[in-house]
Amino acid sequence: MNTFSLSDTPIDSIALRSELEELGVGAVTVFEGRVRNHNDGRVVAGLAYQAYAELAEAEGARIMTEARERFAIEHALCVHRTGELALGDLAVWVGVSAAHRDAAFAACRYVIDEVKARAPIWKREHYTDGEAEWLHPSINSPD
Amino acid sequence: MNYRLLYFASLRDTAGRAEETVASEARDPRALYAEVAARHGLTQPIAQLRIAVNGGFASLDHVLADGDEVAFLPPVSGG
Repeated sequence: MNTFSLSDTPIDSIALRSELEELGVGAVTVFEGRVRNHNDGRVVAGLAYQAYAELAEAEGARIMTEARERFAIEHALCVHRTGELALGDLAVWVGVSAAHRDAAFAACRYVIDEVKARAPIWKREHYTDGEAEWLHPSINSPD
Repeated sequence: MNYRLLYFASLRDTAGRAEETVASEARDPRALYAEVAARHGLTQPIAQLRIAVNGGFASLDHVLADGDEVAFLPPVSGG
């Protein structure tokens, strides 16, 4: 499996986690990003992610390689959803295993921050008032 | 020159298409975006976009070749 992938179906966090775990690894950190019910003062009903899949997978793979080069970790995986999501759905999952917690926390943080900043993936929120909009952070509200 | 253009997110909605093939005299993404922005009413300033050519990030001044696939990427919002 690729260390970074897009998924148009629900993310199976239990299966992903089992891929990270191996005897004696010491530390596992997991970040789960979920769809929240509010953003920028508006009530969110759901959202959709659109990706430039070819480039998102290539850039995601670069980020995972960077994480392994920068931090003393064993494994790192990331899966990002595309398509329609409901409140509470898992939008992005990052898992890192390492001998020690400092590297595991740092690498996990690195991956989610870089994916949010660099991967060509866009979020369209729809609101309980019936409106919807694409979020483009440097144009409209900060994320 | 013929180019394959890809649009994403708000640009896709405004342009009313995900992709198209265009014939253009533009030789770099900067000139190409100016053309299609005028044609489709795209309002995002080019300074806020990233560009990809044939699936890899590229500069606004990247010299295009016939048949290139050019994507205009608005600011991302994954995660």
